[in-house]
Amino acid sequence: MEKGKGVMARKWAVEFTDNSSAPSSRDIPDPPGFSRSSSDQEDSAVARQKKDAEANWKLQKAWEVAQSPLKNFLMMGFMMWMAGNTVHLFSIGITVSALWQPINALQGVGKVFEPYKDSKIDLLGPKLLFIALNLVGLGIGVWKLNTLGLLPTHVSDWVSSLPPAQEVEFSGGGVPLH
Amino acid sequence: MAIRAFVLVLLFCSSLIPSFALYEDQVGLMDWHQQYIGKVKDAVFHTQKAGRKRVIVSTEENVVASLDLRHGQIFWRHVLGSNDAIDGIGIALGKFVITLSSGGVILRAWNLPDGQMVWETSLQGSGMSKSVLLIPKVGGDNLIFGLGKGCLYAVSAIDGEILWKRDMTAESLEIQQVIQAVDGDVLHVSGIIGSTQFGTYKVDAKNGELLEHNTADVPGGFSGEVIPVSRNTLVALDFTRTTLISIQSPDREIILEHTPISDFVGDSSGIAVILPTKLTGIFALKIETSVLFVRLTSEGKLEVAGKIKQPTVISDMLALSEGQQAVGIVQHEDGKIHFSVKLVHDWDNSLLKERIVMDHQRGLIDKVFINNYIRTDRSHGFRALIVMEDHSLILVQQGEIVWCREDGLASVIDVTTSELPVEKDGVSVAKVEHSLFEWLKGHLLKIKGTLMLASAEDLVAIQDLRLKSSEKSKLIRDHNGFRKLLIVLTRAGKLFALHTGDGRIVWSLLLASLRKTEACERPTGLNLYQWQVPHHHAMDENPSVLIVGKCSSSSDSLGVISFVDTYTGKELNSLNLLHSVAQVIQLPFTDSTEQRLHLIIDTDKRGHLYPRTPEAREIIQRELSNLYWYSVDTESSVIRGHVFKSNCISEATNEYCFTSRDLWSVVFPSESEKIIATVTRKVNEVVHTQAKVIADQDVMYKYISKNLLFVATAAPKVSGEIGSVMPEEAWLVVYIIDTVTGRILHRMTHHGSQGPVHAVFSENWVVYHYFNLRAHRYEMSVIEIYDQSRADNKDVLKLVLGKHNLTSPISSYSRPEVVTKSQSYFFSHSVKAMAVTLTAKGITSKHLLIGTIGDQRYLDPRRSLNPSQAEKEEGVIPLTDSLPIIPQSYVTHALKVEGLRGIVTIPAKLESTTLVFAHGVDLFFTRIAPSRTYDSLTEDFSYALLLITIVALVAAIFVTWILSEKKELRDKWSCL
Repeated sequence: MEKGKGVMARKWAVEFTDNSSAPSSRDIPDPPGFSRSSSDQEDSAVARQKKDAEANWKLQKAWEVAQSPLKNFLMMGFMMWMAGNTVHLFSIGITVSALWQPINALQGVGKVFEPYKDSKIDLLGPKLLFIALNLVGLGIGVWKLNTLGLLPTHVSDWVSSLPPAQEVEFSGGGVPLH
Repeated sequence: MAIRAFVLVLLFCSSLIPSFALYEDQVGLMDWHQQYIGKVKDAVFHTQKAGRKRVIVSTEENVVASLDLRHGQIFWRHVLGSNDAIDGIGIALGKFVITLSSGGVILRAWNLPDGQMVWETSLQGSGMSKSVLLIPKVGGDNLIFGLGKGCLYAVSAIDGEILWKRDMTAESLEIQQVIQAVDGDVLHVSGIIGSTQFGTYKVDAKNGELLEHNTADVPGGFSGEVIPVSRNTLVALDFTRTTLISIQSPDREIILEHTPISDFVGDSSGIAVILPTKLTGIFALKIETSVLFVRLTSEGKLEVAGKIKQPTVISDMLALSEGQQAVGIVQHEDGKIHFSVKLVHDWDNSLLKERIVMDHQRGLIDKVFINNYIRTDRSHGFRALIVMEDHSLILVQQGEIVWCREDGLASVIDVTTSELPVEKDGVSVAKVEHSLFEWLKGHLLKIKGTLMLASAEDLVAIQDLRLKSSEKSKLIRDHNGFRKLLIVLTRAGKLFALHTGDGRIVWSLLLASLRKTEACERPTGLNLYQWQVPHHHAMDENPSVLIVGKCSSSSDSLGVISFVDTYTGKELNSLNLLHSVAQVIQLPFTDSTEQRLHLIIDTDKRGHLYPRTPEAREIIQRELSNLYWYSVDTESSVIRGHVFKSNCISEATNEYCFTSRDLWSVVFPSESEKIIATVTRKVNEVVHTQAKVIADQDVMYKYISKNLLFVATAAPKVSGEIGSVMPEEAWLVVYIIDTVTGRILHRMTHHGSQGPVHAVFSENWVVYHYFNLRAHRYEMSVIEIYDQSRADNKDVLKLVLGKHNLTSPISSYSRPEVVTKSQSYFFSHSVKAMAVTLTAKGITSKHLLIGTIGDQRYLDPRRSLNPSQAEKEEGVIPLTDSLPIIPQSYVTHALKVEGLRGIVTIPAKLESTTLVFAHGVDLFFTRIAPSRTYDSLTEDFSYALLLITIVALVAAIFVTWILSEKKELRDKWSCL
């Protein structure tokens, strides 16, 4: 379906891939004297096998990509531990990158899995894992932000800006002037 | 916020943060220091020898100083203690200045050229007497005679050794005069015994032996003083003040001679007073407004020499070279002063007659001292040192004012501030930036300095440029609020406006309402208040101040108030009040013209409202039920709270008068406690937050109330100096009292401690300073008060949604639960005055200015020996038993504010900065940034350098870009 739409949107396109296995796309008649069935017959089994292998490989790769944030965590964790809990340039830089990476990754989920797109495989699993791991990464970033005291999660953050309460009574006086 | 109490001690200020100190070249950039001496009591000229001509003066601020006669600058100066009043000064041996002080018992000699102390002698005496210093002009024994506390003594001028001492108290003689006989060997001591006897003694000047003793009865007795007229003649008035008695004691006998005053003036209707002058052969008699000069003839008779109608001031006798005696007479007449010098023996002619135009803001003449010099034509010239009513000191010579010192500023009573006018279109900026060339040159010099290319001369020029920056002395408001007018009221009743930039006097005004009038005999100024501070809708009005004074020092004397425009320095209005002034309460309300409402409480506990407008009355009627006041009675150790009840019934203007009734009282047991200090928060203090964030982001709620009073009481016995009682007998009790309900929030006893107590109350904390007798050290304690009733406001969600009661108005009657924390520390300095820094919004941490300074972080009652990691992060300093004072943290750096009496802090518009004004005998002003200037660039930041750097960088980018383009092009061609 998607492909059809894509075709519609384009003015023209040349498809170099052999779509012979999908008869629905074969709208161009074979040239005269060309017999596909006889020559393809023995190839098709090999090709199918090949394609299956490729799909498998893609799926495997997709899972690998989906798990890639895990490797980052270790690195991130080490950096965060190094940065300490005080607010300074280094710790802020680390924290910002810890927040930025997952957000960036989440924005480009589609792009990351683009190369592994295949009609035969379902990328939902890897995608979900990828998203989940990145959310965990984001969580770690936020947690770091909080440990740095940059999140308004404490009473003090909300109270400090409150002006002192007004007093109802006024009293003056003192020692008599002399 | 950890309370940051910085301690500005006695001399001046500093803190632990090294950056708080100044660099050498920053001295004088934002601070100024002015040295004064106070009202001159006595003056001795030293002009005989070649070299620098000087005058030695002693003043009412207990200062002895040597002034340059040419310019009036101080050569040297010594400020004696506040209870060490100078009774006499003189010059001995031509090189020592001798001062007699403390009621005639301390004699000191100072080296004349540099003011080093040469020797000091103190005597013990038990009696009471005048103090007299007698430095003989003749005789080679180098003796100095002194009289003090009933003892007559002789001291060697060379080393101050007491040669002899004679107690005169046994003779019950009230000594009036000590003179030396012509030959120098005998001292004539004369005085009154009882009230009707006159006695003379002859004392051997060499060993103090009593040679002779004579008495004579004076029927009826004397009134007033006995004035010496010549070596053996004294003059006094009899008890009816109608007859002059001249007492002559040439040898053994005392001859009394009565001369009715009516002999001199036809009808003597007025009361005669003998003016206390030190003349010989002549004396002045004041009858009503005219002054009569009465001469003693060689036969011992009295005759009138002259008469002057106007108010007159007479100098002491000046001996001219030929044995002639000259007297200087100064009269005041419509804006001019007449200065004349007459010879005693030739009274009708004057040696000198001069007219000098005098600023009428200086008032009348108070004292005059004359000195002569020989002109080129061998005739005598005279110079006069004149002390004016406003305590200024003026030198007059050849009909002109040579110099003038504003020494009234040595006795500042109260200080307030006023904003300067806003810059208007008419004010030209061009005048300030005189020329572009100059401006560029200045910046070029600065850049040279920054790049360390400047030569020594350049550095001097740079420093000059910085110090003279016209920016800081402009008479218009600035963005940061650094430029203000300091309005200063002096003891003489004169108001000065000082510019904060350079300390110059913008205007001065001798307040007419604080001058002697018939209705008001001895008026004194009490306090200054900001009356009108225009902002918002009353921008075009000039700000004004309210001066409150009263007619005499008694508590029920009538009050005077005066309003002065702070831009023009003109008195807008003055009122002689029909009631006394016990207290002035500045109310937190203003009317539509931004005039602040004031309640003046009289001794009958009635409140009088000012300004007297229907609008003001309306405002106060609305608020009356919530207005309270309290009075502290230190005599009977009672604090009473009052509430206003209704309008007065008796008075004519009763709409503006409110009676009050007692509400509560705190009575301290008078046998064990006496109130020695009370402190409240500053009315104008701004508090930024009610929460104190402690470790783990937890919150403690400060108990912030303006209605709190800190009271310190001490055992009544412990009133004397430190060490006068045993520690067991001394204790100090401190209270924090709510002045609305009279509730005691906190009470603490310091055993074995005594006053004087100096305290500062700010936000929710009090810091106070006292002496610990057991530890033999000064101590400082801090008390912080927290509101427990709000402590459970700790739900973040509720706070986010605004469901809390933290900003709802609170009443003292709700009896909020409070907890207090306190801690004490040793402190190595004694304290004269204490103040806390105030900033515009109250965000910046606070420094305590302790007449000597430190960081108030050190005064945090949560300090402990081993603070936890979290507490350390919060900035809690490990507990130590004493507070450190770092030399660099002295606000006044190398300078000294002599006789410090008060420190005033004024917030600038810039949140980080506080203006500090310290006054005593000297004035000192600076601005400090307790948390550094986090909201502005430093003054000497080189904008030009920044600009040039940016331009250079942009140019460099362009140049390299063009170069790289060219290179690329060349490379491309070369490939072919």
